Amino acid sequence: MLWPLFILVTAIHAQLCHPGAENAFKVRLSIKTALGEKAYAWDINEEYLFRAMVAFSMRKLPKREATEVAHVLLCNVTQRVSFWFVVTDPSKNHTLPAAEVQSAIRMNRNRINNAFSLNDRTLEFLKIPSTLEPPTDPSVPIWIIIFGVIFCMVIVAITLLILSGIWESRRKNAELSQLIDAEDRCENMITIENGIPCNPLDAKGGRINDAFVTEDERLTPL
Amino acid sequence: MEKARPQWANPLQFVFACISYAVGLGNVWRFPYLCQMYGGGSFLIPYLIMLVVEGMPLLYLELAVGQRMRQGSIGAWRTISSYLGGVGVASVMVSFFVSMYYNVINAWAFWYLFHSFQNPLPWSVCPLNSNHTGYDEECEAASSTQYFWYRKTLNISPSIEESGAVQWEPALCLILAWLVVYLCILRGTESTGKVVYFTALLPYCVLIIYLGRGLTLHGATNGLIYMFTPKVEQLANPKAWISAATQIFFSLGLGFGSLIAFASYNEPSNNCQKHAVIVSLINSSSSIFASVVTFSIYGFKATFNYESCLNKVILLLTNSFDLEDGFLTASNLEQVKDHLASAYPSKYSEVFPYIKNCSLESELDTAVQGTGLAFIVYSEAIKNMEVSQLWSVLYFFMLLILGIGSMLGNTAAILTPLTDSKVISSHLPKEAISGLLCLINCAVGMVFTMEAGNYWFDIFNDYAATLSLLLIVLVETIAVCFVYGLRRFESDLKAMNGQALSWYWKVMWAGVSPLLIVSLFAFYLSDYILTGTLRYQAWDASQGQLVTKDYPTYALAVIGLLVASSTMCIPLGALGTFITRHLKRGDPAPVA
Repeated sequence: MLWPLFILVTAIHAQLCHPGAENAFKVRLSIKTALGEKAYAWDINEEYLFRAMVAFSMRKLPKREATEVAHVLLCNVTQRVSFWFVVTDPSKNHTLPAAEVQSAIRMNRNRINNAFSLNDRTLEFLKIPSTLEPPTDPSVPIWIIIFGVIFCMVIVAITLLILSGIWESRRKNAELSQLIDAEDRCENMITIENGIPCNPLDAKGGRINDAFVTEDERLTPL
Repeated sequence: MEKARPQWANPLQFVFACISYAVGLGNVWRFPYLCQMYGGGSFLIPYLIMLVVEGMPLLYLELAVGQRMRQGSIGAWRTISSYLGGVGVASVMVSFFVSMYYNVINAWAFWYLFHSFQNPLPWSVCPLNSNHTGYDEECEAASSTQYFWYRKTLNISPSIEESGAVQWEPALCLILAWLVVYLCILRGTESTGKVVYFTALLPYCVLIIYLGRGLTLHGATNGLIYMFTPKVEQLANPKAWISAATQIFFSLGLGFGSLIAFASYNEPSNNCQKHAVIVSLINSSSSIFASVVTFSIYGFKATFNYESCLNKVILLLTNSFDLEDGFLTASNLEQVKDHLASAYPSKYSEVFPYIKNCSLESELDTAVQGTGLAFIVYSEAIKNMEVSQLWSVLYFFMLLILGIGSMLGNTAAILTPLTDSKVISSHLPKEAISGLLCLINCAVGMVFTMEAGNYWFDIFNDYAATLSLLLIVLVETIAVCFVYGLRRFESDLKAMNGQALSWYWKVMWAGVSPLLIVSLFAFYLSDYILTGTLRYQAWDASQGQLVTKDYPTYALAVIGLLVASSTMCIPLGALGTFITRHLKRGDPAPVA
């Protein structure tokens, strides 16, 4: 006696949920790609979880608190794993509008992904675009900070080099002016050869010419 | 009391200065390209022959002239013959043009270096479009690395006519690059001599680290095999020989006057023959070493792209036919495709246009040179490595060091004649002269930071130095051998450092090298004349690729001006001396 009811329900099911139906969405999962060896098999229990998650998302909408798991219909499950689903209203006569389903899924996308240990790429709702995460933009771009550091270091180094050059030339000028003063005070002209004034050569101490010092070692000692 | 000429603290500084000048960006981004285009392993044959026949003799010639005359390029050539001062001026002009645009490369290297301290690297992801539902269109059409280079770094305009405004980010980096160069040349040889230890050795350290990393990358061997497989038939192609000669010529940096400047700070007894051989051998082996690293990186990138392409095809087929996830792999792809084509012909023919033919060969075949190789291809490879920030920092730091090493030589070529001249150096200290030079170059270099700046950069890169240098070196060789006299020069060298000149050098200087340069010159002239109008590659943002356009007239005028202003210095210099001599003598007596 229940057979006609069963056939009727299946017929309604097929009428509401089929590929390309009104307000139906296709879902595609890539479990092996996401989890590799820890991949779980897709069976009826996983389907039940999926239907529960969709129902949960719909219940979060303001007008749809009464959505039950039985109102979510799945069909055309392939090996891929992919399938189509629709959400019906409590009377099971017609499906809820696609826009509502879309906004419900989008708002709870994270929870649905986490329930299956997948992400936006491996659990795809075709025709429901996921909101992409904007890249984090720090208030001051990092490169300016590094640029500023290097810039200041270079400026400091240049300033130091220029200043040390000025000090050295001032010191040399002071020495040179001292030498010129000393020369002016002397009566005789002091000749300078190769930067060495010839004056000290007349001194009693004399200068030791290193080129000849080692000559002693070649001579046999007495 | 005469101020002694500044000198290198020891001969090693001189060798390092020459190495850091000669080993530059061309070794990294031009030689691998030539190797790939002209037969891989067999390109080494014309390359080494040209090194022996052209590279070493001309390098020795310049170093010997500099060391003998102990002056910058203007003074040295004026000493050789008073009519040839123009050769020195031409060298200074060419160096000036090159230093104007070359430092922009350092600015770009700084930009990439500063952006390497982020996770993820900014050129590895596309930015989102305005409503956050997808990626930016230009970035989708091109690739994220191309987008970062053309849009974020250059902000390039669609053609050279639309100049746009100066971009403040590259402008800041250019100012920093010039400050760094100023820091290194500030004190003349005293500071340069210490910096060159760093700039000569550090690139090799980085290259060795990269070699280790590159050889262990997945797919590196594909690139190396592809590169080193000799295609012997390319030896018959005259372009291979011409490219080898050109590469040796420009890689050593002959004719700029930098080598003369460096050698002028040597002690007269320095053995520059040995140094010339050492520097040219190190330069060539660096090129080969760098191309090994480059090709292992190429192989990695090509393999990565090939595998991504395969994965995309697999995903497409898996989704279209609802096959089990993980069923299709690279190994059974062809079989499954045939099966699907026979089992579901209508559906397969729908999907067929979207199936790309993935080929490792075509990925490896994409030969790139220049800034495209350094900033696009390499950064693409780096973003796929583990710990990519570290490799990125290392790589761009190495580019920076190579570039600054070459800039030191360029600025030395300009500064040495300026500081030698009594007129200028009596009024200004050398810090001020260097500062003024850097300031002028930086101001002119702002042109290259405009939106159309990269197109002007390409003009300078292709035309500022090529023809002029060939002419300059030709005149140099003829001047030393025939105007000054080979025998006189030989006895000068013997008196200077006791080195006798072997017949090899004499034959090369007097005969082979000038003939080679004349043939190169003739080839380039005929090439420019035959191709008619000159064209350039412009970036099309909507398509996400380069398109070829013609240069407008004013760009052609600038090119002509660039070439003419340096080459005309030679005859004008001779003419000027001729006229001043005439005026001094008073009566128009014919010159013997």
